[in-house]
Amino acid sequence: MARHVVATVDEIPPGGRKIVTVRGREIGIFRLGDEFFGLINRCPHQGAPLCQGAVVSRLVAPVPGEYHLTRPGEMLRCPWHCWEFDIRTGKSWCDPNSVQARAFDVAVEKGATLVEGPFSAEAVEVTVEASYVVVTM
Amino acid sequence: MNMTVLDRRVDRAAQSHLGFIDCDVHPYTKGPNDFDPFLPKRWLEHKQTIGGRSRQGLAKTSMYPRMSPGNGMRGDSWPKNGNHPGSDLPLMQEQLLDLFGVAYGLLAPLVGGAGGERNVEFGAAMATATNEWQLAHFCDPDPRLKAAVQVNVEWTEGAVAEIEKRAGDRRFAQVNIPPRGLEPLGRRRYWPILEACAANGFPVSLHLGGTSGHASTGGGWPSFYHEEHPSYVQSMQTLVTSLVCEGVFERIPGLKIVLVEGGFAWLPALCWRLDKHWTRLKAEVPHLKRAPSEYVHEHIWVTTQPIEEPERPQDMLSILEWIGPERIMFSTDYPHWDQDDPRYAFKVPLPDGWKDQIFRDNARALYQLD
Ligand code: FES
Repeated sequence: MARHVVATVDEIPPGGRKIVTVRGREIGIFRLGDEFFGLINRCPHQGAPLCQGAVVSRLVAPVPGEYHLTRPGEMLRCPWHCWEFDIRTGKSWCDPNSVQARAFDVAVEKGATLVEGPFSAEAVEVTVEASYVVVTM
Repeated sequence: MNMTVLDRRVDRAAQSHLGFIDCDVHPYTKGPNDFDPFLPKRWLEHKQTIGGRSRQGLAKTSMYPRMSPGNGMRGDSWPKNGNHPGSDLPLMQEQLLDLFGVAYGLLAPLVGGAGGERNVEFGAAMATATNEWQLAHFCDPDPRLKAAVQVNVEWTEGAVAEIEKRAGDRRFAQVNIPPRGLEPLGRRRYWPILEACAANGFPVSLHLGGTSGHASTGGGWPSFYHEEHPSYVQSMQTLVTSLVCEGVFERIPGLKIVLVEGGFAWLPALCWRLDKHWTRLKAEVPHLKRAPSEYVHEHIWVTTQPIEEPERPQDMLSILEWIGPERIMFSTDYPHWDQDDPRYAFKVPLPDGWKDQIFRDNARALYQLD
């Protein structure tokens, strides 16, 4: 397991995303509020670039005609067949227990801590002052 | 760390999909004037000053708008210039033709409105223009792509003339007929067109979708696209039943029909039902010399997308066997939202011989491709 610096915190606004490549794997980094999450950019259904999909809310209807919009902006909809995934966990809406997009550990770390190493920074310059999004894998 | 379920997919170790023949590829226009160079002045002026008369009530959208931008396009298929998915040949090559080394792609243009045009002479002019447009924008620049002859079946002479005009031109592989017509396709009024297709060596492809103006189900208009989607299967069932029961295959023994994008798991059950009633209701349809399933098996091909995904993936093998792997042809439906990826569409390994048939050999034989 190694730490990979993939973005500065400021680069990804709340609700935003950045697709990065870490050790040959494309990972979508999503920001919900001040939290960051990472999902593999590959849909478990037929392999679409999942992280390019629309970010949507979860719509639930306990009975026909009664709608609740929940988890605003926390679901990712595949750009192909529209399966939806929980950005926080990678779990699918259709079959959360067995269909899941791989999720990665993502954390925010201060430059001052990071520079002590070890870490690898891909296309991101690490300075003591800033905060960074770090993927561990 | 969350568990990964990526191994749920069946990876084709042998890359057996490479070099496949894609039986459903959708080309789109770059803009509303794409067809203009191919219209005679008389109809160009008509298009510019009067416009089309389709059989649906909505302008600029379909009866059942889809949730993906572009009315149901694969999200990553938009060209950088913002044009419509399917309009950009280099991107189509990158995402489909070159990526998989596609041997041939059978075009199914859902643009131009020729088939549903109520002014049938304008429909015929648009059919001709759409045919020329396919050649100029897709088939001539990339000969792997094969055009489909567009016709308006409500004007018999016009349709037959267009089919005869394209006969012998190997850039055209088949004739497209909209599956939702004013009447079921087996009715006699359509026989001259079907005869012309058979006589000139063109299979007829019925690509689902569109609207005839009739409600899309026997029970009226559905509320949701989710309901509309399976109703396409009903229109396919109507077509198959009509072609069989009207005796079309007795009358036109050389007719070959390809059902595109209607799925296929329903076909065996329909045949069982038709066969069962044929033994009882023979006197009503004495022109049927053989069991309906025999006509189906001899004259009808199906394409795979949107592929059935049975709960037990191995059930797929039974379905393929009931239909006959020699009548099934792979299709992606690029660039639509519900397209299938040849690597992952089948969730169960196919026996080797079947793979070759489904991904290549059946289409090669049917369309006489080298
Ligand atoms: S590839 Fe993502 S839903 Fe099918």
